[in-house]
Amino acid sequence: MNFPILSYLILLPTIGSLFIFFTKSNKENNITVKYVALFTSLVNFFLSIYLWILFDQSTSEFQFVEDRIWIESFINYKVGVDGISILFIVLTTFITPLCIISINNSIKNRLSEFLIAVLIMESFMIGVFCSLDLVVFYLFFEAGLIPMFLIIGIWGGTRRVYSAFKFFLFTLLGSVLMLVAIISIYWISGTTDVIQLYELGIDAKYQNFLWLAFFSSFAVKTPMWPVHTWLPDAHVEAPTAGSVLLAAILLKMAGYGFIRFSLGLFPIASETFTPLIYTLSVIAIIFTSFIALMQEDMKKLIAYSSVAHMGFVTLGIFTIQQQGIEGSIIQMISHGLVSAALFLCVGVVYDRMHSRLINTYGGIVSIIPKYSVLFMLFTLAALGLPGTSGFVGEFLILMGAFKDNFLVAVVASLGVIIGAAYMLWLYKRVVFGKLVNSDLKQMVDLNKSELFILTCLAIPTLFFGFYPDPLLNTIEVSITDLIEVYNINIMHN
Amino acid sequence: MINLELIFPEIFLSLSIMFLLILGVFKKNSSTLIQNISLIVLLITAVITFNETLAINQTTLFNDSIIIDYFSSFMKIVTLIAAFLVLLISTNYLKTFKIFKIEYPILILSSVLGMMVMISSNDLIVFYMGLELQSLALYVLATFNRDQLKSSEAGLKYFVLSALSSGLLLYGCSLIYGFTGSTNFNVIANQLNSSEYMITFGIVFILVGLAFKISAVPFHMWAPDVYEGSPTSVTLFFTMVPKIAALTVFIRFLYVPFLNLIDQWQIILIFLSIASMLFGAIAAIGQTNIKRLIAYSSIGHIGYTLAGLATVSNDGIQSSVIYITIYIIMNLGLFSCLLMMKRNNKYYENIEDLSGLSKNHPLLSFSLLIILFSLAGIPPLAGFFAKFYIFKSVLEQSMYFLAIVGLLSTVIAAFYYLRIIKIIYFDKEKEKYDTDHSLWLKLSLTASTLLILMYFIFPNQLIEVISRINII
Repeated sequence: MNFPILSYLILLPTIGSLFIFFTKSNKENNITVKYVALFTSLVNFFLSIYLWILFDQSTSEFQFVEDRIWIESFINYKVGVDGISILFIVLTTFITPLCIISINNSIKNRLSEFLIAVLIMESFMIGVFCSLDLVVFYLFFEAGLIPMFLIIGIWGGTRRVYSAFKFFLFTLLGSVLMLVAIISIYWISGTTDVIQLYELGIDAKYQNFLWLAFFSSFAVKTPMWPVHTWLPDAHVEAPTAGSVLLAAILLKMAGYGFIRFSLGLFPIASETFTPLIYTLSVIAIIFTSFIALMQEDMKKLIAYSSVAHMGFVTLGIFTIQQQGIEGSIIQMISHGLVSAALFLCVGVVYDRMHSRLINTYGGIVSIIPKYSVLFMLFTLAALGLPGTSGFVGEFLILMGAFKDNFLVAVVASLGVIIGAAYMLWLYKRVVFGKLVNSDLKQMVDLNKSELFILTCLAIPTLFFGFYPDPLLNTIEVSITDLIEVYNINIMHN
Repeated sequence: MINLELIFPEIFLSLSIMFLLILGVFKKNSSTLIQNISLIVLLITAVITFNETLAINQTTLFNDSIIIDYFSSFMKIVTLIAAFLVLLISTNYLKTFKIFKIEYPILILSSVLGMMVMISSNDLIVFYMGLELQSLALYVLATFNRDQLKSSEAGLKYFVLSALSSGLLLYGCSLIYGFTGSTNFNVIANQLNSSEYMITFGIVFILVGLAFKISAVPFHMWAPDVYEGSPTSVTLFFTMVPKIAALTVFIRFLYVPFLNLIDQWQIILIFLSIASMLFGAIAAIGQTNIKRLIAYSSIGHIGYTLAGLATVSNDGIQSSVIYITIYIIMNLGLFSCLLMMKRNNKYYENIEDLSGLSKNHPLLSFSLLIILFSLAGIPPLAGFFAKFYIFKSVLEQSMYFLAIVGLLSTVIAAFYYLRIIKIIYFDKEKEKYDTDHSLWLKLSLTASTLLILMYFIFPNQLIEVISRINII
């Protein structure tokens, strides 16, 4: 492989943002700037699709590996993809252009800065998913805080400052411990290269501490109960495009990290701490579902539902079953599509009525029918109706869970029911019922770009719901191999 | 035969100072001329020092009382360049306050001379001479805006407290001399016997004196007042240049004469480091004046530098030197921004004055954003790597407690840096600031921002230069 496709994927959005940076920002240029951003992100999307086509599904080896010396005799810039990471890259490049299209009216001032932040964010996220060196991973993982902090803080709602600070400090606090762990791994094993670490393994006596340090970071990012409180705040105050990025891509970093690092590097510790993860996941599923049920703010409701969904993801990962982990990855992809769509749906009505409160709405089905249909589709996908991608993920996770621990699986299944309750109730209150407010009559249905974005998200949601094979085939071998190595490690201990 | 050419930089600098003094006396209105000559003198001195670095290995002069090695030359060059930059960008500020006088560059040159002597010292007496030369020049610099109450207060405070610390330092030196019979570092190293209690006292006194000079907690009290009261360009000088020299001496003291007494001083250093990191982070939160805030933040940064020294390894020393180098670049950028906050011949120093800066001055605030995130240590900016190297060497010695406290205090410190960013980016805009800044000011801001931003692409060059420093 001579063509460093992954580096191009990482660099392209940054180059695009440089173009925007040097374009004078004024009213006339706003359209140009947006097209530049859209163009870069679309090129990146097609590049990642090309990557997916070239990707060899029959091996669990890392592919498209690039290895360059970065800091002499210490860190190499090493990137590569395997079945686990490639889907996240495609998801990132798919969501970003949709985000850029969606910012029609919602962001009026400082558009070019916003686009720069979004594109830089895309660069960092792709970097997170393909870096094969712990330090490089940490670099991208943390760097993402800067653009997100600005997105929430500059373009957010009324309590934006509080939310931005909470988001930043919570995640930074979690991550610094991971940095200690990464440097310790360097001194313990002599390298931070993930592939080499997979081969060398890490001494069992250090694993527990290292696992906990990584966990502290991933738990905040996931977010897991009880450190999930930053998420609703950040979501509520972020602009629509920011919420979409946050829900669709940022939350996936931690799930990915759990699979790649916690399971891959510290199998023995993962085995030890599985009960902890199970407990926290089940609490997240049940507890935050109940919280979601009581929300009056649509965005907050969806944010809490995200926490519950991520509870399923962490549960699935730590079942260490083929189905469980596969389900988690599909659940993450599906959540990326569905939650993005739901936030956009909220954004659509917010743009028209400037309210996110559920009780402002009601009976809008006859006023904006197209919207209601698509909103229903995504509501059903969020609660995991068969035929949507949400079902595939949840079903596989629960299957894996039943294999591993019956009780946990039963309790988690109850969470699915509560999930159905709050989503359907939300839909019922917003769309059906009596027209509560005469202003609602003024609402116009989806315009072309909104319709386009939501359709773009609806197609894969349905497609992978009926036919998840393209996803499953991509991840299957890598996960089989991961579990095999994991079990060997456990046996040897 | 003594190789006098080895101290040619110092000789050249002192002759230039005398020449400039005479020139200043005999030629009226020669401030600009003297300023320009001083700049050239600093550059030439740096070039000579640089040439020597290539030529020699470790050499000592005058009965081993002066040492010239790669480390000292490197630190001298950094000092000279930093002083050069300070002088370069402070002109407009001084002119605004009508204190653009001939003494300013000459005082800076003399304090730089003192620092060079300090950096090269291998003997208690030589060290003290250098220290006093730089301190006396600094006292005057602090009061340079003498019509302002705050400036005079700053100078007086600095003088009194610094004199106290010099006294402690001297007392420690005399104890060491009394028990070892020599003022020479190498001889002291051989004569030291850790069973002697009074020697421990001597070390503690010397460490306290030095901690005063670099404003490490709990000997930091002077820093916020002095930083706030002094003219901004002098504050810039304070936050950068004397720190380099004091740090060099710190390293030299710990690792040459006192190396065998590690058990005695390592714990002190760890305490100083932890206290500075935590205190710097927490105390900065409540500040409203940017210069005071920078004072507390610099206390915190000194804490990280000391963490590197506490490891007792070459890696640790190198990481501290890397840290201070990157810190200087960040500080230069920060102060360049501060010197740009001028409206109708008045400089603004409160954090509130930055409100909504991003609307009126997008480029300036972008630079500030980069610099502040870098100071907070967020990747991929240079400040992150500085901290990264420190913690790498700290963890090499398995000092987990120090590393974890250090990293937690970066989270606390992140809060107040974020607060400034919030004010710049999220708050309502105020009036515009002037934009007719001098070319040098703009250049130094651009250069430091680009260096911070681009450091991660070329991390090896700095490491390569610094990895040649071998003390132990």
